[in-house]
Amino acid sequence: MAKMKVEEQAKTKARMSGSLMLIEALKAENVEVIFGYPGGAVLPLYDELYKAGVFHVLTRHEQGAIHAAEGYARISGKPGVVIATSGPGATNIVTGLTDAMMDSLPLVVFTGQVATNVIGSDAFQEADVVGITMPITKHNYQVRDISELPKIIKEAFHIATTGRPGPVLIDIPKDVTIAEGEFDYNQDVHLPGYQPTTQPNHWQIRRLVEAVSQSKRPVILAGAGVLHANAADELQQYAEQQNIPVAHTLLGLGGFPADHPLFLGMAGMHGTYAANMALYECDLLINIGARFDDRVTGNLKYFAPKATVAHIDIDPAEIGKNVPTKIPIVSDAKAALQELIEQQGKPADNAAWLAQLNEWKRRFPLHYEPEAGAIKPQKLIEMIYEVTGGEAIVTTDVGQHQMWAAQYYKFNRPNRWVTSGGLGTMGFGLPAAIGAQLADRSATVVSIVGDGGFQMTCQELSVIQELQLPIKVVIVNNQALGMVRQWQELFYDKRYSHSLIPNQPDFVKLAEAYGMPGLRAKTEAEAAEVLKQAFAIDGPVLLDFHVCADENVYPMVAPGKGLHEMVGVKACEELSQ
Amino acid sequence: MRRIITMTVNNRPGVLNRITGLFTKRHYNIESITVGHTEIDGVSRMTFVVNVDDERIAEQIIKQLNKQIDVLKVSDITDQAIVARELALVKVAAAPATRQDIYTLIEPFRASIVDVSKDSLVIQVTGEPEKVEALIELLRPYGIKEVARTGTTAFTRGAQKAGSNQKTAFII
Repeated sequence: MAKMKVEEQAKTKARMSGSLMLIEALKAENVEVIFGYPGGAVLPLYDELYKAGVFHVLTRHEQGAIHAAEGYARISGKPGVVIATSGPGATNIVTGLTDAMMDSLPLVVFTGQVATNVIGSDAFQEADVVGITMPITKHNYQVRDISELPKIIKEAFHIATTGRPGPVLIDIPKDVTIAEGEFDYNQDVHLPGYQPTTQPNHWQIRRLVEAVSQSKRPVILAGAGVLHANAADELQQYAEQQNIPVAHTLLGLGGFPADHPLFLGMAGMHGTYAANMALYECDLLINIGARFDDRVTGNLKYFAPKATVAHIDIDPAEIGKNVPTKIPIVSDAKAALQELIEQQGKPADNAAWLAQLNEWKRRFPLHYEPEAGAIKPQKLIEMIYEVTGGEAIVTTDVGQHQMWAAQYYKFNRPNRWVTSGGLGTMGFGLPAAIGAQLADRSATVVSIVGDGGFQMTCQELSVIQELQLPIKVVIVNNQALGMVRQWQELFYDKRYSHSLIPNQPDFVKLAEAYGMPGLRAKTEAEAAEVLKQAFAIDGPVLLDFHVCADENVYPMVAPGKGLHEMVGVKACEELSQ
Repeated sequence: MRRIITMTVNNRPGVLNRITGLFTKRHYNIESITVGHTEIDGVSRMTFVVNVDDERIAEQIIKQLNKQIDVLKVSDITDQAIVARELALVKVAAAPATRQDIYTLIEPFRASIVDVSKDSLVIQVTGEPEKVEALIELLRPYGIKEVARTGTTAFTRGAQKAGSNQKTAFII
């Protein structure tokens, strides 16, 4: 690296206000965009933002800001930066912090706080934000003195982006943003209690190589850890070298090409028959960067009952947490895969296994019954896949539309898929699309949302319109909270308690109110037409698709069941198509 | 199963809250906690006694604690050669007639009387939790008015027996 210029060095030692320090630190961290919302406790900070001309996106709700930052982080690989004011501003980001914590997204979040001399007095817009956010952040701070601020910001960026990524919150009392101190951002980060292991243990790697060579039915379960480690190429290289089939978790999609012959599809509650049966029947399960979430494993009693389990994870606490693990490898996924590739172990003798899996893939594909005239939601996703050439960034909320998007949009490359996995947050998809688009300006971004979740953050259409982001907002409108409705149909004897919403507003008019075109389709033919129209427009468009309201997501592993007990699986010869 | 976990932490505001919050979040039951300064400035030692169902949960606790940025070192020392001590203050009813009995009773425990009033005594005892327990049981018939226990604090002995089971936080 080039030597720092003398004047720059002088600047980093200058005396300045806490607010200016924050701006200088963000510049030093190469932050390109801040998502935020002003308020009383952050007025001094916003004053400096105004003067500095930093790119700041004013979302219309703090929840929008933090989900946008998550979308930005997921696509760019860089930390998303959020500013919110004290009290309600800070409590409005609690959902986003939890979401980022569950899905390991790097965020650095600044919250204003009342002045130090009134903390604890229930002052106006005071909330114990450090206390509230302690269990939902990777780490958090309250700055008690201006002298600590540069060090804390530097540590926060370090902690958020290294090891297993996650959100870090810095709570800054108003008087600290006004106080002056010396700004030195060249100090080294010194955290003796935080030393993530990123390189694999060689002995465990050799054990895994040995296990693969002995195995007859190996399978890889790849999670988002592959994406965070930027290890998609290594995953493909390793899987091909060893001829091991790959199943993905929901969040891992795109880590391995969906059109690759070794790809089995998504595993779990709504996974493919081939992926779930592979996990059930395998004799060696290699988990790379997934945390054995209950939506992936189903009932643990029946999970991978015949398998030796190997688990590569950067977070040692995930290894052995849910599934007993014989070969634990604490490592960054990329480093572990590189070493596995270098070892050039003897591939498994698994020809019969691959033949079996291919037969399952062929015989029990994902399926739905076409319905003349109506829009099948699965078909809608396929049409979006076609019109975007499979290259779009897709963001979603949680629920039926999310599962259909995961099943039918075939992600062939990494970092095209932004969804709320662990927390399952409604209202995530729309603001996340804003962040995703800002992270990759040239990408086609499609935000696929349900009619329920859309209304939790639809005020962010304002931001899309203001910035003229060419996001296509697709509402999979079934006039219901579809997944809730599905569970009530299957497990609550069709008592649709508060899950049907027949009086949804006119979303097309809503789009127009926000100053963007809105298009509606009620039949498959109309759907094809409006998709063509929408993607011809170089700007934001909202599309309202009235889909079959009683469609369910299949196949399905019912709660409490094992992965081998899927319902809604049909052999291809039984299908009418 | 009962596990004794010791750790050193940065003595920062909120660190105790961070640790106990983690126990609440993960649904672990704490039997006792002690916290105090160590020989190093800015570093505190915490000793937890927890009740867990199995080894796997004990291992999870250690790993989750280790993830905390302010936690410097965690060890499950249950199976090592350790010194574990607790202090208890026991206020017991003592009429003039029973007073001598109580004096005799506590002597083998090397407990001491730290307060005397007209109708009660305060006894201070230190030792392993089982010893404290035993003394409290012996005093119970006299009428215990109040008990204050510190909880266990512990660390490993200077010399470990060969082959003693060293529990470490990582399973690399």
